[in-house]
Amino acid sequence: MNREFMVNSALLLGLVAIPLWAYVSDEPFTITLATRVAILALAGVGLNIALGLGGLVSLGHAAFFGIGGYAMGILASHAQSYTPLIESPFLLEGTKSMPLIWIAAIISSALMAMIIGALSLRTSGVYFIMITLAFGQMLYFFAISWPAYGGEDGLSIYVRNGFPGLNTLDPIQFFGISFTLLICALWLAARLAHSPFGLALNAARQSPQRVETVGLSPYQLRLVAFVISGAITGLAGALFADLNRFVSPSMFSWQTSGEIMVFVILGGVGRLFGPVAGAALFITLEHLLGGISEFWHIWLGLLLLLVVLFARGGIIGLLAGRGSAHD
Amino acid sequence: MSLLSLSNVTAFYGSAQALFDVSLDLEPGEVLALMGRNGMGKTTTIKTICRMLPVSSGSVTFADQEITHIPSHRAARLGIGLVPEGRRCFSNLTVYENLIAAARPGYWNFDQVSALFHRLYERRDQNAATLSGGEQQMLSIGRALMTNPRLLILDEATEGLAPMVRQEIWTAIATLKRETGLAILLVDKSLRELAQVADRAVILQRGATVWSGAFFDLTEEISKKFIGV
Repeated sequence: MNREFMVNSALLLGLVAIPLWAYVSDEPFTITLATRVAILALAGVGLNIALGLGGLVSLGHAAFFGIGGYAMGILASHAQSYTPLIESPFLLEGTKSMPLIWIAAIISSALMAMIIGALSLRTSGVYFIMITLAFGQMLYFFAISWPAYGGEDGLSIYVRNGFPGLNTLDPIQFFGISFTLLICALWLAARLAHSPFGLALNAARQSPQRVETVGLSPYQLRLVAFVISGAITGLAGALFADLNRFVSPSMFSWQTSGEIMVFVILGGVGRLFGPVAGAALFITLEHLLGGISEFWHIWLGLLLLLVVLFARGGIIGLLAGRGSAHD
Repeated sequence: MSLLSLSNVTAFYGSAQALFDVSLDLEPGEVLALMGRNGMGKTTTIKTICRMLPVSSGSVTFADQEITHIPSHRAARLGIGLVPEGRRCFSNLTVYENLIAAARPGYWNFDQVSALFHRLYERRDQNAATLSGGEQQMLSIGRALMTNPRLLILDEATEGLAPMVRQEIWTAIATLKRETGLAILLVDKSLRELAQVADRAVILQRGATVWSGAFFDLTEEISKKFIGV
């Protein structure tokens, strides 16, 4: 049993134990905080596939987070108002079913990731960062200028979407759903990293030309990774919107992209549980320092600086040492 | 019909012309030695075959298909396996990961590569960056074989290696020729070892083919004139 495995296990145990303790102590707010950690970690796991495995520094992942959020918001708002989403050529109703909303979020964000990826992956380095950022901002301003779904004010959903057999309004049950999806995404990310596809993607990060000489197209590898990454981030967006029962254009903003990237860097780029550690630390700092000063991001900035300068492997790297991450 | 055929190929690095008129043919199951002094265009020729360098004029055909303008990964998928100069393994992956990352269905799998280079099996969980030069070269050959190529190109595969390791590599090349009938294009400076495996030779001088023929026809006079040994 290596150190990283033990650190990861402790992290998961902590993420389960804290809301359970909060449930017993009747502290629903703490459960909601843990749910936010699980959902934002899920978004981070998505980005980590592109960033950690593929070396794709995307500053536009909020686009997928926002699409997931709006997929939930649009479907739920139509279900709420009993108005169809589309009447012709076929009738498409809204829904309050979480699984259906997740499928819609995954498909729509994956499609958008395919379009954004197909164009932006033709560039690299700073141009790739700028193009992904530009796409994110385009969607941000599109959401602002879309009055049908709240425009700049966003869209409130008055009910929590449902999951068969569960009371999703109960914070601990909603946490259970979010945590289970996080575990599924972590499992997928782990399988992906050790599959021939993941290894080739990792190799393409090191030397695209060498990967080409063994018959693999770095562009195609990266595009597939980008789509998977976008789909997972989109799912996180749908959950986040459901947690807040609110969607707004801010889900598309470049600050959201930056925050997701901060989770990954704080926790450890390329480390499987890096986004979990990063999101947990981010939410903890936001909760503890946010109560003291609204300028708590100054301390977050300082911490990020220290991690980048002295702990390249992030929190996981610091605790587990140089290990299994292919860095 | 030739497996690989280059006809009057020219190529440039930017504005500098590197290949002026390279022609060669390689038959299935044949071992061809590509020879010449340093800087005569051997590696550049390989780069044009593997589509890592654009061909300005002339044509490259492989297995009856014109590959002059296809991307590099498609050339590899058609069955061109490259062992590049300077080994160049994926240093952030383990030996096993290096091999399966490139794997395509066929005769060559991890077990077959391990049988050819037992050292790779022993080091399967070791990071490629921590291997010795010889082991990295074996890994590089193994990685190319895992793509199940019809043509294996080895560019200076034994350069800079200890004599014992060099011998091991030459033995492996001889085994490949004897037991698998794989077509091989070899670039190497060791005439004595080349003589043991090569069927034919092509000599390049200043980016152009100046001699080609059966390896046993490569007389001392020709060798001294074009290769300097």
